Amino acid sequence: MSIEVVINGRTRQLQSDPTTPLLYVLRNELQLNGAKFGCGMGQCGACTVILDGQAVFSCVTPLAALRGRSVRTVESLGTASAPGALQAAFIKHQAAQCGYCIAGMIMRGQALLEKIAHPSDEQIRAHMEPSLCRCGTHTRIIAAIREVAHNKAGAA
Amino acid sequence: MSAPFNRTRRTLIRGGALVFGFSLVPPAARAEFNAMGLPSVTNPKLPGSLKSTPMLDAWIRIAADGAVTVCSGKVELGTGVRTALIQIAAEQLELAPTALRFIAGDTGITPNEGYTAGSHTIADSGTALLHASAQVAALLREGAAAQWRVAPDAVFLRTGRVVAADGRNMDYGAAVAGIKLHRPASATSVLRAPATYRLIGKPVPRLDIPAKVSGGAAYVQDMRLPGMLHARVVRPPRPGARLVAVDIGPAQRMRGVVRAFRDGNYLAVLADDEWCAIQAMHALDASAHWEGGAALPEPSAIHAHLRQLPAQDIVIADRGSAVTTGLRTVQASYTKQYVMHGSIGPSCAVAHLDKGVLTVWTHTQGVFPLRMALAELTGMQPDAVRCIHTEGSGCYGQNGADDVAADAALLACATPGRPVRVQLMRDQENLWEPFSPAMMTSVRAALDPSGAISYWHYQVWSGSHNERPGNAGKLVPAWLLARPFAPSPSKPMPQPEGGGDRNGIPLYEIPNQHIVNHFLPVTPLRSSAMRSLGAHLNVVSIESTMDQLAALAQADPVQFRLRHLQEQPRAQAVIRSAASLFDWGRAPGKAGRGHGFGFAQYKNLMAYVAIAVELQWDRDTGSVRILRVAAASDCGQIVNPDGVRNQLEGGIIQSASWTLFEQLRYGARGIASIDWSSYPIMRFSGVPERLDITLIDQPGEAFLGVAEAAQGPMAAALANALAQASGQRRFALPLLSPPLKA
Repeated sequence: MSIEVVINGRTRQLQSDPTTPLLYVLRNELQLNGAKFGCGMGQCGACTVILDGQAVFSCVTPLAALRGRSVRTVESLGTASAPGALQAAFIKHQAAQCGYCIAGMIMRGQALLEKIAHPSDEQIRAHMEPSLCRCGTHTRIIAAIREVAHNKAGAA
Repeated sequence: MSAPFNRTRRTLIRGGALVFGFSLVPPAARAEFNAMGLPSVTNPKLPGSLKSTPMLDAWIRIAADGAVTVCSGKVELGTGVRTALIQIAAEQLELAPTALRFIAGDTGITPNEGYTAGSHTIADSGTALLHASAQVAALLREGAAAQWRVAPDAVFLRTGRVVAADGRNMDYGAAVAGIKLHRPASATSVLRAPATYRLIGKPVPRLDIPAKVSGGAAYVQDMRLPGMLHARVVRPPRPGARLVAVDIGPAQRMRGVVRAFRDGNYLAVLADDEWCAIQAMHALDASAHWEGGAALPEPSAIHAHLRQLPAQDIVIADRGSAVTTGLRTVQASYTKQYVMHGSIGPSCAVAHLDKGVLTVWTHTQGVFPLRMALAELTGMQPDAVRCIHTEGSGCYGQNGADDVAADAALLACATPGRPVRVQLMRDQENLWEPFSPAMMTSVRAALDPSGAISYWHYQVWSGSHNERPGNAGKLVPAWLLARPFAPSPSKPMPQPEGGGDRNGIPLYEIPNQHIVNHFLPVTPLRSSAMRSLGAHLNVVSIESTMDQLAALAQADPVQFRLRHLQEQPRAQAVIRSAASLFDWGRAPGKAGRGHGFGFAQYKNLMAYVAIAVELQWDRDTGSVRILRVAAASDCGQIVNPDGVRNQLEGGIIQSASWTLFEQLRYGARGIASIDWSSYPIMRFSGVPERLDITLIDQPGEAFLGVAEAAQGPMAAALANALAQASGQRRFALPLLSPPLKA
């Protein structure tokens, strides 16, 4: 019994037990590192991925709820050598210390930028509120998201 | 080390159970390291960590093909030191930062530099690498010059090749042929002039960030070894609780479970699949019945409790005479609650017992001392245990990293040949991490008739800030075994760095001082190092007092500080710089608006940091918005200015969270801060709206550790700004508990 889910644009037949949280399906069955275990309770955002356009906590989203749906992880945005726009902005602003929360931060920020092309700083802060960073990298994370928002504004 | 625990064990595997046997010990090996895990100094004249690891090839190796490997005993904890150390070595060796192989924290390969802690990395390892790389560079020039029969100063290094004036060139492997790098370093080195630096002092982008933003394998959590088992542990609900009954059968019989087992109060499950291990952990947890455990005092009573505990009283400053009567005095007591490290990723480790060698991949801060503790725990010879640092989530001090490495070691010994990955759950990390200890200070200070500080009497009470291994008994899993290990006795960390008394001596010029550190070896909760240690509360206490004294002297707080730093131009420059960046001296000009200033030199010997804060206090709700932070720092020769800024920004935000909000919840039933709702930390909405930093570079001067230098000054600036904004001074951290209303 497999469950069909679109992961990063590719249709996959997933074999994990249907009760398995998406986080462990991504990390173990699919060997994707981006989503991180932080709390397992949807409180910190380290596991954030985009599910049908919405930022969700993959640690509390069971595989059974995902049949036919589309999941995107930070791996979908680009690679270390060819980063996507938001990843490049995080690199430019050196918006990481330990970096453990950062893949989740990027996916939450990406979900915002896909919904609101030119978010204000207030909108960025409010949208990022569910994600925790302990190193204190917040101002750089805001700057990186703002940078992409402004570039989009320039292009529009 | 106390005699009853001076023993090792031999781990035997019998029918799936973990069985321990005992053997006599080689005790000398365990006395090898000091409290910071450092080996003994062999040549005090050498710079940085060369003092204890003097051989050049311990740091820098050059293969026959010219490939350069640089080693450090200091590890990446998320502060960016990997890139900074590479900058230092690549500078003198004339290499691009990406052109060398860098290995950090591997007991099989690198120097032992003890713990990566206390903002020591650049000062200790950076200084060692600066000199070792310069001396190796000189040997490369000498080697090529001899082969070409020219003077060494007629050749130079350029991007991995030694080049002569006439254009002849050779790679580093050829240049070093016939030259042994296995030689002691010299006390002096020919260093490049700082003005010619290409890398040191430049904002080189961190080499680890691209992988971290794109899902690369960056952390120990990301390791997947062939045949690897996923393990979960079950910890007692409270320290000291006894497991009176458990049925491991239901967990053992779950599909995918390889083994469930118990050893005394120690419970764990191993499974092929991670989700299966988690479900089996829950099954095991549900069937476990625990009794007893240490009763904890209520947080509201903790400071009175601390005052009654047995203390070692250490006078750390005693100068001048006793206080003269008739002077204007300021007197107060300050307190801090237990605070949690709060790593975003709970601790994790992977271990593999293969052909008699136990390899442990760990985000410990000290691979060498951990190896000694794990050898003792498993009864193996230290040589048969290899600890390899592999990054984890930021730790900010001793979190669960060492404990989970012990879990992995025990479980790997139970399943020889199969690697084991142990991941702590959020509540396990929270309940069992060694917290930053609750503390108390008391200060009495007096002004002389001229308005200068005449006398300063200060006391600090604190539990231990250093419970690192140490012996096996410093590791939680070792307490839980049927035949447990007890921790070696807690010891105070000596001045000048100090533990609870870190920054307990004001940098200010005060003629009469009496300062006492009351070290409390046994306190209700397990505690250990968290960024800045006692400096957090000590700097709050000192700087709050400075503001009160300034008011008494009718002086501006910044001017008052400067008047007491007349012999210290670098401290003055940092204070003036922060004041200027902030435009200090204007009245806040609005109800509920406050300005506050804080300053310290970390440990009185590392980076200088001054911070000015503007905040808005809401008299109805008691909430606080941080509008503006202006900081200045002098950390000597800057290696990576963007890295320094990132660390200062992080320290400012983290300290704001500690200082305004954070306190561990606990009581008679144990620790209640099991998650982020019961231990809230600062979120995006609370982050300063504006944060500006000025760095004062000191080319050619010594590197001064900076990563923990902002925490004290930021906390102090907040306390002082809140006092001005609200008209009420708070003496207890966190400042906003209970809510401060009009």
